[in-house]
Amino acid sequence: MTAAARKVRLLVGKVGLDGHDRGAKIIARALRDAGFEVIYTGLHQTPEMVVATALQEDVDGIGLSILSGAHLTLFPKILRLLKEKDGGDIVVFGGGIIPDEDAPGLLEAGVRALFTPGASTREVIDWVQQNVVPRRR
Amino acid sequence: MSRDDRRTPTRAGDRRAWEETVLEPALRRRGERPGPFTTVSDLPIERLYTAEDLAGWDPAARLGHPGEPPYTRGIHPTMYRGRPWTMRQFAGFGSAADTNRRFHYLLEHGQHGLSVAFDLPTLMGRDSDDALADGEVGKEGVAIDTLEDMETLFRGIPLGEVSTSMTINAPAVVLLAMYLGVAEKQGIPSASLEGTIQNDILKEYIAQKEWIYPPAPSMRIITDMIAFCAERVPKWNTISISGYHIREAGSTAVQELAFTLADGLAYVEAGRARGLPVDAFVPRLSFFFNAHIDFFEEIAKLRAARRMWCRFMQQRFGALDPRSWTLRTHVQTAGCSLTAQQPYNNVVRVAVQALAAALGGTQSLHTNSLDETLALPSEESVRIALRTQQIIAEESGVTNTIDPLGGSYFVEALTERMERDALDYITRIDAMGGMVTAIEQGFPQREIAEAAYRYQRQIDGGEKTLVGVNKYTEGSGPPPALLRVGGEVEIAQKGRLAAVRARRDAGRHRRALRDLGAAAAGADNLVPHVLEAVRSYASVQEICDTLKAVFGTYREGAVHL
Repeated sequence: MTAAARKVRLLVGKVGLDGHDRGAKIIARALRDAGFEVIYTGLHQTPEMVVATALQEDVDGIGLSILSGAHLTLFPKILRLLKEKDGGDIVVFGGGIIPDEDAPGLLEAGVRALFTPGASTREVIDWVQQNVVPRRR
Repeated sequence: MSRDDRRTPTRAGDRRAWEETVLEPALRRRGERPGPFTTVSDLPIERLYTAEDLAGWDPAARLGHPGEPPYTRGIHPTMYRGRPWTMRQFAGFGSAADTNRRFHYLLEHGQHGLSVAFDLPTLMGRDSDDALADGEVGKEGVAIDTLEDMETLFRGIPLGEVSTSMTINAPAVVLLAMYLGVAEKQGIPSASLEGTIQNDILKEYIAQKEWIYPPAPSMRIITDMIAFCAERVPKWNTISISGYHIREAGSTAVQELAFTLADGLAYVEAGRARGLPVDAFVPRLSFFFNAHIDFFEEIAKLRAARRMWCRFMQQRFGALDPRSWTLRTHVQTAGCSLTAQQPYNNVVRVAVQALAAALGGTQSLHTNSLDETLALPSEESVRIALRTQQIIAEESGVTNTIDPLGGSYFVEALTERMERDALDYITRIDAMGGMVTAIEQGFPQREIAEAAYRYQRQIDGGEKTLVGVNKYTEGSGPPPALLRVGGEVEIAQKGRLAAVRARRDAGRHRRALRDLGAAAAGADNLVPHVLEAVRSYASVQEICDTLKAVFGTYREGAVHL
């Protein structure tokens, strides 16, 4: 199958101890309904587990949901692990309770987009359609 | 005067005549908004409610009087004319010393009781130096590792004079033991302690997902706590059966009502299976509901909940003590209804929700702060939230009479409807073999995920309005000043934990954990063993891991998307 014909594969992940999965599940389902292949990690994943799953499942993008306030720790760790394991081209985006002043640092660190409370599923779907493409392999 | 106004009114009660002669022409002239006319939970609402909607409805049986079964109008004969609800703001962040200062602040501003928010590592039974706690220490609540932190948390607060609510579930037995440990140090007898521990593990599997052990051993720990408190801490509420989190996870109001009561029935069953007489422990079970934005739906939900619980306790369990029949509840306004956009609008949402809680007859209330979708609340925003309650209680006049909406055609019809729909759910859950089995089959989880997805689509599609988010989006205004918890809290907390570990009596600590493990493997009540472990300055995680070694851990089955 050519890269262009392959569906984009996405991992929706919950990292850390945060159990608030309402948003993650809604986003996962909305992306699936929009035609993407979606894998949901389930709860309480470590950054290592998320990265291992992403590589094993050969995904093109990772959407992380963090509502616990630990975003400044968890996003950079996942980005670093991806780079170390040759997954630096996997598109990482996220959502959750992320104060405005934290966003620039995270975007600079390599998070490609952040969706905060009030974002519609349509915005997320549109963004993914425009920004996540099948990885070359 | 227009011609309409001079017309002789249609005879009272003759609804059809009104529809034909008055309503129809008006509808032809102007019509109605396109609707749909539904609650936030999608329950259809009629144009008008009249006596016909309550045909055959017997107020004596369905309402009774305040303080009398079935308690639809309230659990106390005087309700807020006696005293208003307890104003209880949930608070906790950073270190125990930080939160202790906030507690003193709240007590000085007229709050009646304390309510502790723990950080995620504590809620999950992890110490501050555990790998999974990385970045989370003190962020969403206060970090508690050992009895020493708990002593700091309540410094200068005589435990005999306050009532304390602790929002903790999977490791609840540890935090209760720590509270008892602080009381011992303050010289206060456990029989005089008043408070509530959330300790509702079933809703964790359903909604909030902060679990440690599988359901069966979790239920054993809870029944141990119920038995212990019935004897030693008789004024303590041993479970706060919580619909709040079910609603926050996206359920409808009816689902919140049904699943919460079904959880309650499961706890009563478990206590009874343990051999405890129903009237020995049910009076210490309390409830915790959400107050969402749909005003009348929330009022109806609380009124229906009281009536249903009373009937279940009388009819299903044969409870004889009226205190077993009364559903006492705390209410918190709906965090999930608040918006990050135009955050000052949240003050208004919270006021509407708090008013619904008051008209629904709550016993205590937490009002959310306007900035809670952005961060932990600042002192300023907490004060506004508390003042909102004080304005409702002391200015608005709604506390002058009991159940002011009782007898309203609409409110009574809606209360009946919610009860009927919730009973349908409970019948289905009973048929599955009860709530524990239903949870293992993923039933409530699926129902909630469906409702959450449906609601999000309605918001995204503009079918339901969220001001500032999908309508009236202009003008966000300056963001409020946010409370930030920095990384230094985590470093300092790890230091304190290391110091306690180095200082404590290693022999006593080792023996206490060994005895606890043996008790878990046997049938002893665990609470005295946890208490001894706490006294030996064993940490939250050391105690939870000791139990985990015997009980195992819970893994969620396939997740319904």
